[in-house]
Amino acid sequence: MPEEPGAQSLLDQVAEAERQLIEAAGRGRPDADAEAYFDAVIAADQKIEPRDAMPEAYRKTLIRQIAQHAHSEIIGMQPEGNWITRAPSLARKAILLAKVQDEAGHGLYLYAAAETLGADREDLYAQLLSGRQKYSSIFNYPTVTWADVGAIGWLVDGAAIVNQVPLCRCSYGPYARAMIRVCKEESFHQRQGFQSLYVLARGTEKQRAMAQDAIDRWWYPSLAMFGPPDADSKHTAQSMEWKIKRYSNDELRQKFVDMTVQQAEVLGLTLPDENLQWNEERGHYDYTQPDYDELMQVIKGDGPCNRQRMANRREAVESGTWVSEAAAAYAAKQDTRQEAMA
Amino acid sequence: MTKNPLWEVFVRPRRGLSHTHVGSLHAADAQLALRNARDLYTRREEGVSIWVVPAAEITASSPQEKDAFFDPAADKIYRHPTFYEMPEGAEHI
Repeated sequence: MPEEPGAQSLLDQVAEAERQLIEAAGRGRPDADAEAYFDAVIAADQKIEPRDAMPEAYRKTLIRQIAQHAHSEIIGMQPEGNWITRAPSLARKAILLAKVQDEAGHGLYLYAAAETLGADREDLYAQLLSGRQKYSSIFNYPTVTWADVGAIGWLVDGAAIVNQVPLCRCSYGPYARAMIRVCKEESFHQRQGFQSLYVLARGTEKQRAMAQDAIDRWWYPSLAMFGPPDADSKHTAQSMEWKIKRYSNDELRQKFVDMTVQQAEVLGLTLPDENLQWNEERGHYDYTQPDYDELMQVIKGDGPCNRQRMANRREAVESGTWVSEAAAAYAAKQDTRQEAMA
Repeated sequence: MTKNPLWEVFVRPRRGLSHTHVGSLHAADAQLALRNARDLYTRREEGVSIWVVPAAEITASSPQEKDAFFDPAADKIYRHPTFYEMPEGAEHI
């Protein structure tokens, strides 16, 4: 399998972020009174930890961002889970199962990080189910062929990593630590997706066409994952000041395009954009922006699969209630028995 | 008690190393917490031993009391071996 450029350097960035995290912990804490303390920690590139004083708005924006990130991992299990029983070989099926298991794990790491801010997982979950909190727009698109699983790995997880690697250096310690774990595992997802498309691209004419069709459908939704253009992004400025975000939406989107063009060449498949070309002056690829009206429509709940995804989630919670009640009753019984013996 | 209390997870990566806090999870009881921690935190051979502790059982020091709490360490520099100057000629000490 060819070494796809870009992925290694992203993994290196994760390792670098981990090194910086350890180094930051070694630096002396700035001494200041409680109010100046937060600013001093941020200015010194130190990490804010759960019991530190922090502005209420910082806490709120982090809960929102981390929770929506967690929700995305949970809802994100559905489009790929759709193909588990239909994976074309046992090896592909085992890989897909491992991947979906990882997504569940990522959701749990992230809910745990959100809870260090005083949020409650059950409550965040209720906000997802009632539609008050969002999840990534991308998971509202359907997986109609096996190649879609590969395209999700390569493009969707690829876009996610470009977005998440800088979060490994986020100013909130528990989030940064969770992102280091997530990014290391996510690199496996991106590589398996790329490799799966690589095999299809070198298969029969039908397999090749299927791979190309998947890329054609997933390219623009993947670009839209980086969010609205900088001019319309309402949280960006504050988040960058607090060092939650390190790059703007447009910067990350450009970075993703620059990386992906070269990888598509290795695959021998094309990205569906006639205007995609190298701009010598800028040192970047020019590309067609995704349809942001469509993005807003999907975020507002009116994409191809929004209703289905939420209905599945609600159904899982409702039909699983008796099981969690049984587990709680059993735990209570064990507690009573232990107390009686003590 | 809540239905699904929070548990903190500690994993010992290899023989001879100490348990390190790796994260937390929700589970109805200790056995379920242990099984979930196995799946969640040791999927890629990250460890050989797991401890789970109900988060409610942990008492943490607070950053506000750091002066009163940790200062005594700073003014007792004689606790470090480097505090003591050895005369020339004293070997193996």
